[in-house]
Amino acid sequence: MNKVCQNAQDAMKDIRDNAVIMLGGFGLCGIPENSIHALVNTGIKNLTCISNNAGVDDFGLGLLLKTRQIKKMISSYVGENAEFERQLLQGELEVDLVPQGTLATRIQMAAMGIPAFFTPAGYGTEIAAGKETREFNGKMYLMEYALHADFAIVKAWKGDRLGNLLFRKTTRNFSTSMVKAGNISIAEVEELVEPGGLDPDQIHVPGIYVHRIFQGVKYEKRVERKTIRIAS
Amino acid sequence: MPLDKFGIAKRISRELRDGMYVNLGIGIPTLVANYIPEGISIMIQSENGMLGMGPYPLESELDPDLINAGKETVTLLPGGAYFDSAESFGMIRAGKVDLTVLGAMEVSEKGDIANWKIPGKMVKGMGGAMDLVASARNIIVAMQHTNPKGESKLLKECSLPLTGVRCVKKIITDLAVMDITEEGFLLLERAPGVTVEEIKSKTAGRLVVKGEIPEM
Repeated sequence: MNKVCQNAQDAMKDIRDNAVIMLGGFGLCGIPENSIHALVNTGIKNLTCISNNAGVDDFGLGLLLKTRQIKKMISSYVGENAEFERQLLQGELEVDLVPQGTLATRIQMAAMGIPAFFTPAGYGTEIAAGKETREFNGKMYLMEYALHADFAIVKAWKGDRLGNLLFRKTTRNFSTSMVKAGNISIAEVEELVEPGGLDPDQIHVPGIYVHRIFQGVKYEKRVERKTIRIAS
Repeated sequence: MPLDKFGIAKRISRELRDGMYVNLGIGIPTLVANYIPEGISIMIQSENGMLGMGPYPLESELDPDLINAGKETVTLLPGGAYFDSAESFGMIRAGKVDLTVLGAMEVSEKGDIANWKIPGKMVKGMGGAMDLVASARNIIVAMQHTNPKGESKLLKECSLPLTGVRCVKKIITDLAVMDITEEGFLLLERAPGVTVEEIKSKTAGRLVVKGEIPEM
């Protein structure tokens, strides 16, 4: 069993034009930085990207927008990116906006092998158009489908050679579900260790879900909104 | 005098009860955390994956791996916990979050809320708002009573695309505290020095006034 790739380029080598890719992260927190840079370098086009946000102009998914490699975004909130806005208003980019919890659970359902589920989020709003509705215990729900991808790309804190993953603080966000929902799942980690190097009781994602893993380099971990307090 | 945003946050903080799990939206709702009454202990949920959110970090504590749902750097209090987005919205959908406080562009007298989209303008997305309003047991809206053009934000029917239907329980504005009832907006309190007549004139939906209305 060998899941270890040399670097991001090696791990991305068979991603082709028109691929559907999930990318973990919330804002710029916990994004797969090395993989995004590698995707920019491949020059592949017409990507459908499933990610809660779309990065900022010069970092995260904003880099793939700038190079016009993304055809469609499936996200819950995309408001931090002028290039995104320009492409959207020019009709160069398709966007499917999905409530954040619905997005997370659609991915989780794919991870669990369940084809669809019912949620009250969005009932009675314009996002309910064309969706099946049903009443349970006097409350109305929308049917939402599981969301799959050709590739899922996430960033974890630590991982071992067998793909077991450990995350740090609020970087878990969408990544722990996405990595289970990709046909091929790729994890980049800050620290790659040997099997046995992680405490089995602490593992967030068991290795069965991870097909490829590599140790990333030069993590920038850019902060989107730096807010601090002054010691009193 | 109408309340400023800090005054609105302070008034909302009086709705907090000991032991509550609370989700605070971006803007005025976030300020509520600064006015938690003495003797009351609550846990703040941030939907990107944390319970027990603390204040902004000192420069020396800053950690890019630790942000809130507004993408601001924050801290975690002792006893807090991290989890993923699926778990986070599971606890929201299952009604574990006792109180959600969020802003709005419009609220209707039936409790409908619109706060995510203005047709013809750039649409940024709903984030977690649709999930929160559809499932939280108690929803308080914090907002200005009128928009920058001076038009009422408390309407018979919302004119903007909805975020959720019949979900808002209470509204706290710069002028008044109101509950959503079968009859419409029930006026409970008025800001110091603000008259019932002024509130009435700035409320386009049905305002129900019963007896003397105390100041906040």
